[in-house]
Amino acid sequence: MNRWRDIPQRSDLLLQYLIDIQQRDSCISTESIQKLSTELAIPAAQIKSVIEFYSFLHTTPRGHFNILFSDNITDQMAGSRALMRQLCQQLNVRQGDPRADGRVTVDTTSCTGMCDQGPALLINNFPITRLDSKRIELIAQLIEQDTPLEQWPAEFFEINDNVHRADILLTHNTEDGDALRALLEEGAETLLQRIGDAELRGRGGAGFKTATKWRLCKQADAAQRIVVCNADEGEPGTFKDRVLLQSYAAQVIEGMTLCAGIIGASKGFIYLRGEYRYLLDSLEKELQRRRDAKLLGNNILDQQGFNFNIEIHLGAGAYICGEESALLESLAGHRGIPQKRPPFPVTRGYLGLPTVVNNVETLMTACQIASHGSDWFTDKGTRQSAGTKLLSISGDCQQPGIYEYPMGTSVSDILIDCGADGPQAVQIAGAAGQTLCHREFKRKIAIEDASTGGSFMVFNRHRDMLDMVQNFAHFFAHESCGFCTPCRVGSTLISNLVDKLYTSHATQNDLRDIERIALVMRHASHCGLGTTASNHILDTFNNFPDAYQRRLRSTEYTPAFDLDLAVCEARAITGRDDDDAHIVCPPQEGFKP
Amino acid sequence: MSNSRFVIDGKDIPFRPGQTIMDAAMAAGVYIPHLCHNPDYASTGNCRLCLVKLNGRYVSACTQPAIADSQVDNQIDEINQQRKTLLQMLFVEGNHQCPGCEKSGRCQLQAVAYYVGMLSPYFTHFYPRRELDASHPEMVLDFNRCILCGLCVRASHSADKKNIFAISGRGMDSRLVINSTSGKLGDSNFSAHDAAASVCPVGVFLPKHKGYEVPIGQRLYDREPIAQVGDVAHPNHQRDKK
Amino acid sequence: MSHKIRVATTSLAGCFGCHMSLLDIDERLLELITLVEFERSPINDIKQLEPVDVGIIEGGVANTDNVEVLREFRRQSKILVAIGACAINGGIPAMRNHFELKECLEESYLDGIGVVNPMIPNDPEIPLLLNKVHPIHEVVKVDYVLPGCPPSGDTIWTFLTELLEGRPIHFPYSEIHYD
Repeated sequence: MNRWRDIPQRSDLLLQYLIDIQQRDSCISTESIQKLSTELAIPAAQIKSVIEFYSFLHTTPRGHFNILFSDNITDQMAGSRALMRQLCQQLNVRQGDPRADGRVTVDTTSCTGMCDQGPALLINNFPITRLDSKRIELIAQLIEQDTPLEQWPAEFFEINDNVHRADILLTHNTEDGDALRALLEEGAETLLQRIGDAELRGRGGAGFKTATKWRLCKQADAAQRIVVCNADEGEPGTFKDRVLLQSYAAQVIEGMTLCAGIIGASKGFIYLRGEYRYLLDSLEKELQRRRDAKLLGNNILDQQGFNFNIEIHLGAGAYICGEESALLESLAGHRGIPQKRPPFPVTRGYLGLPTVVNNVETLMTACQIASHGSDWFTDKGTRQSAGTKLLSISGDCQQPGIYEYPMGTSVSDILIDCGADGPQAVQIAGAAGQTLCHREFKRKIAIEDASTGGSFMVFNRHRDMLDMVQNFAHFFAHESCGFCTPCRVGSTLISNLVDKLYTSHATQNDLRDIERIALVMRHASHCGLGTTASNHILDTFNNFPDAYQRRLRSTEYTPAFDLDLAVCEARAITGRDDDDAHIVCPPQEGFKP
Repeated sequence: MSNSRFVIDGKDIPFRPGQTIMDAAMAAGVYIPHLCHNPDYASTGNCRLCLVKLNGRYVSACTQPAIADSQVDNQIDEINQQRKTLLQMLFVEGNHQCPGCEKSGRCQLQAVAYYVGMLSPYFTHFYPRRELDASHPEMVLDFNRCILCGLCVRASHSADKKNIFAISGRGMDSRLVINSTSGKLGDSNFSAHDAAASVCPVGVFLPKHKGYEVPIGQRLYDREPIAQVGDVAHPNHQRDKK
Repeated sequence: MSHKIRVATTSLAGCFGCHMSLLDIDERLLELITLVEFERSPINDIKQLEPVDVGIIEGGVANTDNVEVLREFRRQSKILVAIGACAINGGIPAMRNHFELKECLEESYLDGIGVVNPMIPNDPEIPLLLNKVHPIHEVVKVDYVLPGCPPSGDTIWTFLTELLEGRPIHFPYSEIHYD
């Protein structure tokens, strides 16, 4: 089971050891913690604090079959909640609790990146997509028969790329090693210049100039430098990195190696989100293939001293680890807490070393620019946003999947291409992004206009936008790392108030509170998660006021909790059920759950 | 002396390269509300009370390096309203029953809330259930008041070299934990003389065998606001004596 | 002044300390009663609540009776004021929120030291306890809050006089405290 061969000895691998133990034992027992504590000389409480941070790690056993339904809004729109209820019913199990015989656990998890083929679930870390009632029935049977996962029908585990529009990036294949040969022939400075001339900006969403990032890291004073591929594609509704890692891994890894060659790094990491663990084997094989082909490892392409090795680290269910400083903490085996900046990772990153963290798509694009030249890239796109962008399109459209568009393409053109029927909204750049309404569909995908890391979720005119708001509000309350006050407390306060609104118990006063909290989160939060976690609220306040207004009570005030329910314990204890044992609320005011 | 300067609310502040807005403001005697910041330890920026506007952009003063010739807004209504909201969040998140707290009157959370004019926690209370740890012979830990500032974690790590405390969990489930086999303070090598014992801005760390020694009316923050009196860990009257 | 301001007060899950503090405004009471008329209040033992200008609530919401009285006050008061820590955040009574209601009742009526004839009361005359103690703003709309345990006589005086004069209420530093 141990990917790390010998006995645990590297404290930076703590999270990786824990993931292996979880995989082997279905939980991390007190004994395992004690053993690890001795081996790594890390206090047990610190190990527990890491376990408690990551959603996929547990100190009590999960079922032999551990099922997690992807709970993104697109999964819900495709009927995931009903399918989960069906499965729970068929297996006679309660959501979240292992069945008494330990056979199975059924629960939800944040978006698993299968929105183009949802509803989806993970079973012991393997995704099953395209769920429907029939498939759920079969799954229930296989579980009751205790059929080992390897004997389940192979088609269950098929993951499609669903590429519906390919432009330069997905059509111009490069030969293995082209970018590295260009580097060796033309030199690091020329290649760095080329990436700079191509105006390549980070594809994860922030849009920082890639060449500038590489140069800053190259200039940082240090004996060792690090290249990290951010494959923690956790933003709800995005899945293009999944496709790149599945079908274009060679170019992604070559992009990392190119970066290493340019900046002088000898060590690299792919931080792969736990939800994509099923890609681990193929990625490891690809790394080995490249080592065998002298495209990776020591003396790459026989160039003396061009050494670069890559380790794959898994995440374990924490959206925040997509934030680069949190990712680096996680990579070092810690809880994924975003760090203050400055210092920036390019000067002080992984274990204090200068580190480049790039998105999967950025690295792949850099690889292609190296061999095709900068004009190849700048010929596409706008003046401020060069090249093309991969979009992960899901939701209410006929052809969800991957679309590669030149930067500057309008939202409305994209909606036509993907077969969106009567769209009322597009959620761009994921739950943390913007909610565009109909009058904004003329806006363009570009850094200077509608900027996105790639998520593009479509909502048709029959959708209740508050479903989305509630889904995102719950998501952020679940995924807040808890480090800073506004995000930690604010996201839960908002989640609770949105629930109150959703069940039509809120008043105008509650809306004012939601807005006040949302603004403080935006202004005062420590990291990008916190500052963007209330975007969906503030956007839908503006763009979809009706979704809120039609649920509001006309009264000025409603209680914060269900008054009659608040007497339930006393009624149960005393056995009373007379009139005075109840609190009746005026119909205008009270909770009616 | 340094020539670099910036402006807070119209007042000229000198600074040395590398100083944060908070460092420079404190040195110049300008108060910026804060809870998780303590000049003895590296700042982390988690409480966010030191929210200021730097050239119109929101930053936390304790983590943001000062920038020459910049304009910083500190005591403006818009910022104070947001600080009040942050404090209200902290008050409803934990169990802050001031009348029953030994630290009342010299609690920084309370003092900052007085300073910004918070009259009530306003939001719906969470009333979390948190344990008390009375296992140590010298100190009781009341986690009900913990605001997760992490100062004890930092002090135990960098000053005491003991690593007794850690923050565990995630989001609203985050909590302070003890690095000992049983998870109890009594099983750790904690001492009441540790730096970690005296950095808590609220009332988590309560020394045993004494209490309520200063009468109401004479406590640290009873008569003058924190802007004049200074932090619990560094009251101005002590600093003056040094 | 032709019409005095009509004021009613009550204590829910509180200790009457805030009412004691109201009396602590000492000789200013004489000035106060030229300005206000006390309707229902434990001070004068009037039990019936008539419409008033200002309703002042001490104490949090711990049982069904508290809810009823509080809502009646809200209905009859133009301005409702939460006075003291308990009304504002549940105060000391809210420390029972650390426990299940069942645990509290069992400790008090079954297992506690000195309990005779152990049984948990279930007479319909007795108001039932809520699962948790709540501050009053979680049950009704509150217009003003006056923190303190109790607020000092001076704080109450500042509040009442400024309110009566229709000024925005501004407390000096020493008059705001939570304990």
